[in-house]
Amino acid sequence: MPTNGAPTKITQGSQTKGGIGESTLRPDGTLKVTGEFAYSSDMWHEDMLWGQILRATVAHAEIVSIDTSEALAMAGVYAVMTYDDLPTDVKNYGLEIQDTPVLAHGKVRHHGEPVAIVAADHPETARRAAAKIKVEYRDLPVITDEASATAPDAILVHEGRDDHHSGHVPHPNIVHRQPIFRGDAAEAAERADVIVKGEYTFGMQDQAFLGPESGLAVPDEDGGVHLYIATQWLHSDLKQIAPVLGLPESKVRMTLSGVGGAFGGREDLSMQIHACLLALRTGKPVKIVYNRFESFFGHVHRHPAKLHYEHGATKDGKLTHVKCRIVLDGGAYASASPAVVGNAASLSIGPYVVEDVDIEALALYTNNPPCGAMRGFGAVQACFAYEAQMDKVAKQLGMDPIKFRQLNAMEQGTIMPTGQPVDSPAPVAELLRRVKAMPLPPERQWESSEGADVRQLPGGLSNTTHGEGVVRGVGYAVGIKNVGFSEGFDDYSTAKVRMEVVGGEPVATVHTAMAEVGQGGVTVHAQIARTELGVAQVTIHPADTQVGSAGSTSASRQTYVTGGAVKNSCELVREKVLEIGRRKFGSYHPAWATAELLLEGGKVVTDGGEVLADLVDVLEGEAVEVEAEWRHRPTEAFDLRTGQGFGHVQYSFAAHRAVVEVDTELGLVKVIELACAQDVGKALNPLSVIGQIQGGTTQGLGVAVMEEIIVDPKTAKVRNPSFTDYLIPTILDTPTIPVDVLELADDHAPYGLRGIGEAPTLSSTPAVLAAIRNATGLELNRTPVRPEHLTGTA
Amino acid sequence: MDFLRPASWEEALAAKAEHPTAVPIAGGTDVMVEINFDHRRPEYLLDLNRIGDLYEWEVGEDSVRLGASVPYTRIMEHLRAELPGLALASHTVASPQIRNRGGVGGNLGTASPAGDAHPALLAAGAEVEVESVRGSRRIPIDEFYTGVKRNALAADELIRAVHIKKADGPQQYSKVGTRNAMVIAVCAFGLALHPETRTVRTGIGSAAPTPVRAKAAEEFLNAALEEGGFWDNGKIITPSVAKQFADLCSAACNPIDDVRGTASYRRHAVGIMARRTLTWTWESYRGTAAHTEGVA
Amino acid sequence: MRVNFTVNGRPQEADDVWEGESLLYVLRERLGLPGSKNACEQGECGSCTVRLDGVPVCSCLVAAGQVEGREVVTVEGLADFAKQRAEHGGCATGACGTDGKAGTSLQDAQLGVPPGGAWGRAAKGQDSQTGEGTELSPIQQAFIDAGAVQCGFCTPGLLVAADEMLEQNPNPTDADIREALSGNLCRCTGYEKIMDAVRLAAARQGEAV
Repeated sequence: MPTNGAPTKITQGSQTKGGIGESTLRPDGTLKVTGEFAYSSDMWHEDMLWGQILRATVAHAEIVSIDTSEALAMAGVYAVMTYDDLPTDVKNYGLEIQDTPVLAHGKVRHHGEPVAIVAADHPETARRAAAKIKVEYRDLPVITDEASATAPDAILVHEGRDDHHSGHVPHPNIVHRQPIFRGDAAEAAERADVIVKGEYTFGMQDQAFLGPESGLAVPDEDGGVHLYIATQWLHSDLKQIAPVLGLPESKVRMTLSGVGGAFGGREDLSMQIHACLLALRTGKPVKIVYNRFESFFGHVHRHPAKLHYEHGATKDGKLTHVKCRIVLDGGAYASASPAVVGNAASLSIGPYVVEDVDIEALALYTNNPPCGAMRGFGAVQACFAYEAQMDKVAKQLGMDPIKFRQLNAMEQGTIMPTGQPVDSPAPVAELLRRVKAMPLPPERQWESSEGADVRQLPGGLSNTTHGEGVVRGVGYAVGIKNVGFSEGFDDYSTAKVRMEVVGGEPVATVHTAMAEVGQGGVTVHAQIARTELGVAQVTIHPADTQVGSAGSTSASRQTYVTGGAVKNSCELVREKVLEIGRRKFGSYHPAWATAELLLEGGKVVTDGGEVLADLVDVLEGEAVEVEAEWRHRPTEAFDLRTGQGFGHVQYSFAAHRAVVEVDTELGLVKVIELACAQDVGKALNPLSVIGQIQGGTTQGLGVAVMEEIIVDPKTAKVRNPSFTDYLIPTILDTPTIPVDVLELADDHAPYGLRGIGEAPTLSSTPAVLAAIRNATGLELNRTPVRPEHLTGTA
Repeated sequence: MDFLRPASWEEALAAKAEHPTAVPIAGGTDVMVEINFDHRRPEYLLDLNRIGDLYEWEVGEDSVRLGASVPYTRIMEHLRAELPGLALASHTVASPQIRNRGGVGGNLGTASPAGDAHPALLAAGAEVEVESVRGSRRIPIDEFYTGVKRNALAADELIRAVHIKKADGPQQYSKVGTRNAMVIAVCAFGLALHPETRTVRTGIGSAAPTPVRAKAAEEFLNAALEEGGFWDNGKIITPSVAKQFADLCSAACNPIDDVRGTASYRRHAVGIMARRTLTWTWESYRGTAAHTEGVA
Repeated sequence: MRVNFTVNGRPQEADDVWEGESLLYVLRERLGLPGSKNACEQGECGSCTVRLDGVPVCSCLVAAGQVEGREVVTVEGLADFAKQRAEHGGCATGACGTDGKAGTSLQDAQLGVPPGGAWGRAAKGQDSQTGEGTELSPIQQAFIDAGAVQCGFCTPGLLVAADEMLEQNPNPTDADIREALSGNLCRCTGYEKIMDAVRLAAARQGEAV
């Protein structure tokens, strides 16, 4: 059994088909292509009611009164609930700080905040009833940025804070602040031959998962409730839901239903408590499904950020120091803001060696939409800025931007600004070399004998150019992301593995609470079980709360942590199986006592390959089951003053090269190719790994050129809550994405693997920006880039 | 809400006369969005899907009579020669699924300045055939748009067809959006050369409260082409003429800042599209079509 | 109101339909066919794509009353639809499938289906654990084989759209594929594996002819 920090032996299941390292296919693939896979919005129950949420129409206001009488009087309406109807004293929830009201109490703090809930026999009845609830607001001034949040007379978004960050923040409208000091940046600046300063803006991105927030709460006979839900972490939901309902956790049963994507947006609760409240109130099953408009208000977004950077370098291209200040807008509620701040600070200078740093990151409370987890989690905003800086410094020095990066690239052994040594491979220079070495796509691919194919030009089908004004640009970027939960969080997972004979065959069953959100964890768990237990047949039990927590499907951590838990439990099962084997057959062959034994191809074999027994015979009449927790090595919190500490478990690196064509007159961009090189440690399922990299890359592309939630600075109201005006890339916006996968094992991790899901989202955005700068010569200090920014018409 | 399902055009007119607030629904690509998002709860929905006549078109001597519900996909596939501008515009509409349902009647009924068909209709020259139980009339396209999402229809009238002049010269259509497919126009521009009358016509979308023509630009260009003998000598249009035409097209805009784009960008982009579409159409007129036509 | 129409070859009747309901809602909530997905309900994502009298449309934008007497094919009926097409002279489907699958099953076919006969209404008598052994259309098989499915929420709509494209254009260029699928958003894959899947289905279709 691997212990924290100890190297793990890497086993190859060469004898068992479908083990790790193979591109086995998804176990849920057939159900998903036939339309039979049941997502949370597909849940249905006889006699079920429909829940509807009434949301605040203003961003910051006192609630003077709420009148629900007309709504309650409507035929078909079963319940209307407001804050006053909450059953216990626990009326708030939150991932880290319980500052989010289940239903607004006294005031609303952001546009779209839930104020009341309705259950009715048809969604339209519920909508009409919600519309009849009269809420009287008295407007309050809106806090929308750092200046308004920290002004001397600033109104406090949350009065009377007593959370664990409230003591050390410089202002109550700052959720959390993390400085990092190492060396002496001021002194190092004296040595710099060039100093480059920049101010950057990162827009608010939405996860835009396609499956809307939804679920079904079914009252149980024992007074409890069973919730069928799409989430990223069942047990975290459970901990927040049960106290509000006044139920012990054992009476809130949760089963994961199909999850239509997540990307961080399902780490916080959305409709979970509301559905349970209505089900318990009415005694009937209640289904809630957000539509796309509501979804934009129903989950947290990626923090928009203002970033100020100063980089210094010597003439020969060595970075002297970095000073930076990152201001994240956390919106009205804390969500994951504190952890996002920790990431932004600790990863703020990128994958480079810099001895002298002066870093500050903070998240604000404002009346903007709440922001929290999204793929890349604090590292994305920083990467956009530091990579822009790296290009600017290289330009000032007259150096090739790749060479400049390679000259400063971190490697195994580099000390992070937090003082933490990087103790596994960090092939930053190599990834850049690889991505640069990939062949460039041919020029003018849009030209054909029949004229210009507009589908391959900026503007696409809109027929805006036949080649006029089109300039090609190439840009590079590389990024660093932490894997797993950091800063001392007890980040563990649990796996229950059972082995028995079914229908004359040895079968393993893997049961975890891991949220499969599309990433392919279920595929990998089966592979691990095959490799460790030598069986062909593996059953993946649906995820629920009948087994211990798996932690969140986020932070690129599930293959590492729940994969690690499955591996660990399989190893424990294997030991038990071998014990049974020894007991039954030990006397037949001396190797049972002397050799190292493996389970392969349905048999017990020696490490020399000699077959000792069939698993069917060993397990005849016996079933072996183990449920065990597994932890990665512990981390520690960052010091609140200096930012020093062993805060991260593992790092993940990706590099991108973007090739774009820009219609410089109209400011329209076509990304031609986004090549990626990434170190994945060990690709447990190469097909899925590449799929993750391509998907993450595309989300980075989106926020480079189109994706942004636009909030009115005067009213703090969201202006584009729809897929008509919040645009995500279509297949015509997405280029070919060649991927070069590097596998340098991390000895601390199961099979040497590295968490992979997020790193490609980091470097994709700055690579596209760099390519657009290369094509246009413009500075472009904000993302997403809009046509206005490329044409001087903003 | 009531769902009215007339089986014939006459029944539809009768229903509309009886219920003037009834909202006609054909492709549903505007109406259903408003219903799904709870932006609209009409008392009556008037389904036009069962009226076959609305899905037909007729190519006449001088014009095409296009049924109000002919899907954009059909226009792209079957009317590229007769209505090249509208075919190009149709290709920019949303997605294949939407183009399979939506038609020009919906664009006209909604009369959003961002409707993709409008600039092409304005440039080609068209009349909207509307009818009520009181009778039928044809509204020239220039008089059809009366305000933001307002048109010249009376409450009891329905759009039956559009009569669009058959192309007598090259036509082009261009639309700016911040995505390469499936995007609502930030602004759009249509241009048609009419060699028979030696005139040009334009249409601008999403850059004013209603779709508009750039009349001053048209007049300037008509005069410049005439003066230089361009229609006969087929010379390349001088850059200064193209530039002034583009500037006048920009000046014809009266745009707003909104979530899709700034007023300043819209003016700028209309100018660029005007210059480019003029170049493409003129090159085509000069006989080098193969190198300049977009893919419709 | 009452609506009668044909879904996947079977006559269906929906009663007490609210006049503002979409075809998508009727399929999902009244007929037990939740395969068509409700991702945006504004015609921007294509997840609800079905064929209406053969034509791919967004079912969220078709009013329920508009489908009276018409024929709808959803992802649930895609395999049968493709099979019938093949029998009527199209590609010989079924010859295209490969079996590279290792034995993995999800214990419950409908992950997290509530108890108490909640799915008793399912139109198709589906009782398999994983759908293994289910006959698939070539495009469905290709999506699985190419890794084009992640969360899978966009998949049903993409399959209906891609199947129709290959019916119209058996040898599409990459640009053709991108254009045909530009109305179907996917947030997980970056579309590369979807491109692979469509190319694969086209190639297999070509081989089979």
